[in-house]
Amino acid sequence: MKLEGKVWKYGDNIDTDVIIPARYLVTTDPKTLAAHCMEDLDTAFAGEVEPGDIIVGGRNFGCGSSREHAPISIKGAGVSCIIAESFARIFFRNAINIGLPILESPEAVEDAQKGDVLSVDLVTGTITNQRTGKTYQASPYPPFVLGIINAGGLVPYTRRELGIEIKR
Amino acid sequence: MGKTLAEKIIGAHNVDGETGVSAGDLVTVSVDVVMANDVTAPIAIDSFNAIGVENVFDRDRVMLVPSHFAPNKDIKSAEQTRTLTRFAEAQVLENRFQVGRAGIEHVVLPERGLVLPGDLIVGGDSHTCTYGALGAFSTGMGSTDIGFAMATGKTWLKVPETMKFVYQGERQQYVYSKDMILRTIGEITVDGALYRSMEFTGPSVAALNMSERFTMTNMVIEAGGKCGFIPFDDVTREYVEARATRPYTPFYADDDARYISVHEFDLSTMEPQVACPYSPDNVHPISQIRPEKVDQVFIGSCTNGRFEDMAIVADILQRTGREFSPDVRVMIIPGSQAVYLDMLRQGWAELFTMAGAAVSTSTCGPCLGGHMGVLAGDEVCVSTSNRNFRGRMGHRDARVFLANPAVAAASAIMGRLAHPAEL
Repeated sequence: MKLEGKVWKYGDNIDTDVIIPARYLVTTDPKTLAAHCMEDLDTAFAGEVEPGDIIVGGRNFGCGSSREHAPISIKGAGVSCIIAESFARIFFRNAINIGLPILESPEAVEDAQKGDVLSVDLVTGTITNQRTGKTYQASPYPPFVLGIINAGGLVPYTRRELGIEIKR
Repeated sequence: MGKTLAEKIIGAHNVDGETGVSAGDLVTVSVDVVMANDVTAPIAIDSFNAIGVENVFDRDRVMLVPSHFAPNKDIKSAEQTRTLTRFAEAQVLENRFQVGRAGIEHVVLPERGLVLPGDLIVGGDSHTCTYGALGAFSTGMGSTDIGFAMATGKTWLKVPETMKFVYQGERQQYVYSKDMILRTIGEITVDGALYRSMEFTGPSVAALNMSERFTMTNMVIEAGGKCGFIPFDDVTREYVEARATRPYTPFYADDDARYISVHEFDLSTMEPQVACPYSPDNVHPISQIRPEKVDQVFIGSCTNGRFEDMAIVADILQRTGREFSPDVRVMIIPGSQAVYLDMLRQGWAELFTMAGAAVSTSTCGPCLGGHMGVLAGDEVCVSTSNRNFRGRMGHRDARVFLANPAVAAASAIMGRLAHPAEL
């Protein structure tokens, strides 16, 4: 699966309180949450983000609260993928579980600037910065995690494991 | 090679029956308790329903606690709590946590003997790591993981590497476990224990009561940790024996367990610590912080909302005969209704109220900027809670200083950041 989008660049330790403040945790609707995504950090984000855009963060992205509303709000905003130096562990699981692609590549993060266009191949884990022409290889997922991603998230993965037919 | 506590407890819960797991192994484990709250349960219930099984794996082991916006702050939060309550009724869950009878999950579950030493616990709240003070493997997860665990009684885990923390030396007056954990986070930073287990040991940890032990493991997540442990000992046994709702098996780390690092702390020279805005790792000794005027003081939360925390505040008021500054909003919120009842019985609810505090029923409320004390843009708050990220307790420009209950009480009296010894 190939993605392409423009970069929103943020720093280290982007916590879930700034991704989606607790005052908005009275709903689970992705679009409502998306309208407030990142607002305590970057007031422009929610209004200007376009479908397919890519968030680039530093170390420990998504630290703090376990709120799944954080990756839900990012996915709801149309973001196609997050690339960071590292992810906080609960956020990592949450993103995988809801089918929001996330990749670790410190080199790609270092070179990326706001507004750059990145192409991402999720199958090979390669990231190309179209401004510089440089290509980066993201850390591979553990095979078990890849199973969840390939199934489309934890719920469809579990239904398959339990032998429950997916209702359409 | 010996095993750490994380390796032993995860190994004992490995569904394959292979107990000899090591750091780095990916394993599927059975869980003893699955928990969620009013914010995380609605999505977990959606995931549970989407998976398509009829019943939770064990109606005695699934615990849904309304805490964050409890008592419901508005119609939407009321609807979230209703989702949780209706699900608990439909699934005939054994343990209920009604407003007025419960409180914050991380205070209530240990108090009722529902989480026990040797357990493997997953919770839809990042501070689920609190139960590690009992010698349990306990970790926070998101809602979809919790829905999976509610349906299957299982979860997957990567066995973490373990960092060992050793504390010795006699504590100075007004230094508590809150200062020990803040100092630790200050040293290793907010991702210093990312994906790792933290074992807290040494004579100064063995000397802590259970309340102070919960404060320490509660903040493991603030260093990025997956779980934290305080070794099971006579203090744990005495606490658990009075409450345990079922049999339990304590585990012990081996003497030759492999630790990725060892960190030593000397308490004899440690003064009260304060985490300054906007990160729990921006930690400084209180003597090095400008004594700013404060607008609000919050004493409570899953970090410092227990009986012993309230006792610290009561002791300061009684010994000094002072009251809180009329220029400060002082919120004192017990972590559970059991703590509230104890406060009433001790006369502390009256003492705190007479001193000028707003004393309320149990809630997470102000800690997450939910309700019961949200901050305005230019305000300063001293809080006994666990996070001071931008926007955490209200407006993005509000500034929160994290401290122990004695520093919070002293600051509430002085109207500025203060060392209790100044009183």
